[in-house]
Amino acid sequence: MAETAKLLQRAGWELDDYHDKTRCYRLKSQKYPGIQIKIFQDKDIPVQVAIGNYDIGICGLDWTEELLARYPGSDLVKVKELGYGSGTIYAATARNGSATDVEGLIKSKGTVRIASEYPNLAESFAERLRLRRFSIYPLWGAAEVFPPESAEMVLLPGKDENELSAKGLVSIGKVLDYGACLIANKKSLKSKDMAEMLGSIIDKLPSAGECSVSKNNEKVSQTAGRHYIKEVEKDVVRLALPDGHQQSHVRRILDSVGIKIEDYPSATGNRRPTSSLDGVYIKVIRPQDMPLQVANGNFDLAITGRDWLSEHLEQFPSSPVREMLNLKYGRVRIVAVVSKDVAADDIDSLRQVCRRGHKSYRVASEYVNIADRYARENHLGMYRVIPTWGASEAFLPEDADLLIENTETGGTIARHNLKIIDTLFESTACLIGSTAGIYGSVKSERVASIVDRLKKAVGES
Amino acid sequence: MKVDRCKGFKDLLPEEMVCFRLIEDTFRDRCLKWGYREVRTPALEYLYLFTSVGTLTPGMLRRVYSFLDWDGWSGERVVLKPDGTIPVARMYIENMAAQKIARLFYVTNVFMFDETGKKSRERWQCGAELIGVNSPMADAELIALAIEVLQKLGIKNIELRISHAGLIKALLAKLALSHSEQDRIFDKILDGDREALARVYQDKPELVAALTLLLDMKGRSSGFLKNVKALLPQQMPELEPCIDNFAAICQIIENTGCDYRIDMALGKGFEYYTGIIFHLFSGEQNIGGGGRYDALIPLMGGQDTPAAGFALYLDRLMKLVKQDITEEPMAKRILVTVAPGAEMTALAIAGKLREAGYIAGLSLGEERASGYGWLLKVRDKSPMFVLTNQSNDGESAVENDSEVIDLLGRE
Repeated sequence: MAETAKLLQRAGWELDDYHDKTRCYRLKSQKYPGIQIKIFQDKDIPVQVAIGNYDIGICGLDWTEELLARYPGSDLVKVKELGYGSGTIYAATARNGSATDVEGLIKSKGTVRIASEYPNLAESFAERLRLRRFSIYPLWGAAEVFPPESAEMVLLPGKDENELSAKGLVSIGKVLDYGACLIANKKSLKSKDMAEMLGSIIDKLPSAGECSVSKNNEKVSQTAGRHYIKEVEKDVVRLALPDGHQQSHVRRILDSVGIKIEDYPSATGNRRPTSSLDGVYIKVIRPQDMPLQVANGNFDLAITGRDWLSEHLEQFPSSPVREMLNLKYGRVRIVAVVSKDVAADDIDSLRQVCRRGHKSYRVASEYVNIADRYARENHLGMYRVIPTWGASEAFLPEDADLLIENTETGGTIARHNLKIIDTLFESTACLIGSTAGIYGSVKSERVASIVDRLKKAVGES
Repeated sequence: MKVDRCKGFKDLLPEEMVCFRLIEDTFRDRCLKWGYREVRTPALEYLYLFTSVGTLTPGMLRRVYSFLDWDGWSGERVVLKPDGTIPVARMYIENMAAQKIARLFYVTNVFMFDETGKKSRERWQCGAELIGVNSPMADAELIALAIEVLQKLGIKNIELRISHAGLIKALLAKLALSHSEQDRIFDKILDGDREALARVYQDKPELVAALTLLLDMKGRSSGFLKNVKALLPQQMPELEPCIDNFAAICQIIENTGCDYRIDMALGKGFEYYTGIIFHLFSGEQNIGGGGRYDALIPLMGGQDTPAAGFALYLDRLMKLVKQDITEEPMAKRILVTVAPGAEMTALAIAGKLREAGYIAGLSLGEERASGYGWLLKVRDKSPMFVLTNQSNDGESAVENDSEVIDLLGRE
């Protein structure tokens, strides 16, 4: 962000409030008072430009390529690489995994599990490798902790191979070198005169470079040795704990029933804390990713939110994941939100507004499958769901018409001149498990014992 | 108000369906007479069937319709089938591996994304597979069947172009490439990039010369192949079985009197071919193609089973046979109008007309009987039936069913 701010400063845009600590999403430019400028999460920007909400954008090339890998025919075009914010997406395996090079993965008999925040890039990479059978686990984050137990391969961003090495990973190929990139909507380029704005940015680039990044240079390291570790033993219970703001709650619950846990929350970003629980291994991952991981048997138990469990079950109704225990903290409501200016106070009146509008209704949400079902069941007509990655309240009213969002008090929503028109359901943190898990008696007892102790902690035994 | 149709997909209107069915019926009839049996495979298959080496080229893989099914939580993708052969091979492995030879055919739609939105993303194929035997006669059978269908459809200027994947692969093997490199170059050749080789193998001019010779071959006889065999460097004995096989197939095709052209550089996005590859043209229009794929079934986990097959491209054939299509003649089409109170009589006579081989439509208020050769008024009083010949307005009044049918029969 700082580099982009400097660039736009040099370009003479004179933005009013663009810095790391800014609390507003909408910016004004003194030089171009007529244009609408908005701050988004990096990952949201290519989507917003591709669907035509914005004519141009500045974001990481990684997210641009991620979108183009799946939708080559979209209206998104790369205009110019801006020469800063560089990084590399590596394909990596665990240093102590069973296959530590490409040949090993190609020859492996079973399904190769690939976890990544970049599922589309991961898929095309796997296709180029001609992997015989693979599964992609899309992630919200924390890819580095997945191999070797929960995935054979990850695609993740990093500065260099040393950084991977510090995480216990070894690179098996570069997937993409990326940096900040100026992107544009194809139709806007054809129809609108944006020459002055585009020129003001490109003229002030530190060093001009065509937006050409070595996408296919998977330089395969031949030196990687082979080490084998024992698979996680079959009686060991695999428990996923959440990262982020949930950690203190979880810690409190564990403390209250005397489960000791070291380095959680971790100041150093350690994602493999140890505990006093016998025969249990713990990984710290994103709560959003947990239901899919439990469904696939990579974890036996996980602490996540009912919102993310519902989102998972909307997408995959036959998934074996179930809520095992309500942990009764982290209470939020999942609500439908519109701008205060919309003449609707409930979903029925919103439907009338939709009908009169005669245009595609844009529903933005982090919960795309919940949002899709809500729009479908309420007959919002021709709608489309726009995925977002946080700070969804910034999307209304310019870039979406309806938001499906979680809220604790409704304060943020009110502050952004928005209003709640419906509550979909209430969500709290919960313990989830799989109905498909077939355990031996030792493991069953261990799972039951953890569930019992947590029940005690929330007063349910 | 315009209701949008999905980009890249099209409707088949009634007159187009007549044409579609004519081609399908001709194909079915010929296949059944050659002893082939009809099968149908699902619209969805697991993606991994198509991703392994030796199936589709990466260029085609990038354009398949793949997605997560409702139970796709394992991350395993499914595809709308992009090809007819691989699902049939899967079906053979599961259900028919015990029988030695299987002759199978199908009419199916296949799905392949096209970025421009101008080409059709859903295409129809008439496919036939001959599984369990590898012989020049088997290859010739498939070619003869394909050509027979086209002839029955009245397609003009049918041209057969043939190539041999085994020969190209044997030469590539001489380049001592790693397996993946070999597949990559073969893919490029199949995708139509003939410069690929020369670029990579400047240090082996002799091999490149041999390959260039092969790729430039545009001969028209098995004798030509014998000449090529004589011209190829002596130190390549491993090529001989392929050339002999190629020549044997050509010999049989020649004996059937079919015209063909050898064109080694035929582009096509399938890397599962191991022997002969053939394409059928009418003028410059590619209307079908196929080949031998002996490695596919073992690669997919089946027994070591040779196989070959072809597909005719139904959408393209429709453009070529369209002009010659006629629906049932007007003289066979009767519109039945019903006076109040005569409904039962009308339904009864319409039923009898259909039994007698006529098309009998009930009038539901159509003002004119366009599209019908006859108009039959059914009344609730005498005369019960008034039959009008629409071509000359000749009218006859009769009292019972059999007289109506007699009258129609006399015309």
